Amino acid sequence: MVDELKIAETKIPPIRNGTVIDHIANGQSLNVLKILGVNESNIDSVISIGMHVKSSKGNGWKDMIKVEDRELHPNEVDKIALIAPDATIAIIRDYYIAEKFKVKLEDHIVGLAKCSNPNCITNRGEPVVPEFDVESRNPPRLRCAYCDRTLTNISDNLL
Amino acid sequence: MDFYDKDLVSIRDLDRGQIEELLDLSERMIPYARGEKVKRALDSRILGNLFFEPSTRTKLSFESAAYRLGCDVIDVSEMSVTSMSKGETLADTIKMVDAYCDLIVLRHPHEGAARLAAKFSENPVVNAGDGAGSHPTQTLLDLFTMRRSKGSLDGLNVVLVGDLKYGRTVHSLAEALTMFGAKLTFVAPESLQMPADTFEHLKSRGCTPGKTDELDSVIGQADVLYVTRIQKERFPDPAEYQKVAGTYRISNAVLREAKSDMIVMHPLPRVDEILPEVDPTPHAKYFEQAFNGVPVRMAILCSILGGDI
Repeated sequence: MVDELKIAETKIPPIRNGTVIDHIANGQSLNVLKILGVNESNIDSVISIGMHVKSSKGNGWKDMIKVEDRELHPNEVDKIALIAPDATIAIIRDYYIAEKFKVKLEDHIVGLAKCSNPNCITNRGEPVVPEFDVESRNPPRLRCAYCDRTLTNISDNLL
Repeated sequence: MDFYDKDLVSIRDLDRGQIEELLDLSERMIPYARGEKVKRALDSRILGNLFFEPSTRTKLSFESAAYRLGCDVIDVSEMSVTSMSKGETLADTIKMVDAYCDLIVLRHPHEGAARLAAKFSENPVVNAGDGAGSHPTQTLLDLFTMRRSKGSLDGLNVVLVGDLKYGRTVHSLAEALTMFGAKLTFVAPESLQMPADTFEHLKSRGCTPGKTDELDSVIGQADVLYVTRIQKERFPDPAEYQKVAGTYRISNAVLREAKSDMIVMHPLPRVDEILPEVDPTPHAKYFEQAFNGVPVRMAILCSILGGDI
């Protein structure tokens, strides 16, 4: 298994400087790219994606992303925690791991996603930021602090 | 539990002990609600009654409850007569009304409106219904009616029938009844069944309700039959409403299978869900239920504003 993992990892070349987002729940890498804003022409560096890569954890499969010459904003890390609660973030400086941590899903989420209920008061132009209570963590289940509804399809409702 | 100066937005804000405390106080309010005794426990206080959606019973019973306690009332009955029709946010409206009164009662068409109001108001806010969301004071008066009729709330067999998807009263009521170990059965066509979200929440609280679309099969075991109107105004598509309108009609023939002491409740208004022939039977409790809105809301106002009875 270890060899298989190594082979899988080497398919994505190592980076000199940047960020490795690993242990993304299988199939969520495109949603993570959305969080990083790759379709907004604001990234001038190479991004490598591994989809459906062998993993020793969970269901045996994961996605991973390497972003060159860029470190993540805390707000991006918080959003990744909402769709990939097991993800790890490694900051790479000159080929070495300068820092590595697991994303953390807080008990109460503020301003990261909008409520999926169109009739929720937070979607009606009021001067409030959407808030959610985290009811379960893996998979994440969020309840709107205003209308009490469960947030469906988190990745489509990220702000 | 000290309710003084507290908001009442959702039935989830209360635990079993707090609910029982409010129901006990409601019991003591009955002679005052009937006008048999008089005490101006909330003299010189002002209630802001904001109803941005149609209401008869809830609005009038809050007003009646306030007047019975000597509390003055300022009110708004529709959005079109306020600055909200000019584009003012609810948040600004609430901040303004907050300066004119001691407690705000809010009915609003959007879910979460009362929670938002509570955030922007210095004074306490009571939710009188927010869209298809919560209606905690209706839940309390429903529980009060059941307790008065059946002697206790513990272990009641309650059948809820009608619009369980859009009907806000049934969501809060089902949640509250789980605190008392009720056996719940939901009777509705599949398109109007209890939302999966609410169903799962009830299961997480240790209650696994039964589900069916046939009332005949469950009415014989019921202690309480809680009937709701299929609400035309909540249907996005009128054709969908036509498909299910008039699905359940409670008549004396339907009640023949019921226990002799089973009670029929309805939050009202009814359209044709309960035939008038049921009204004079001992089963019918819906008008008593409507009256109970007054003592229960008196208890709520008194507890929050600190009146002494």
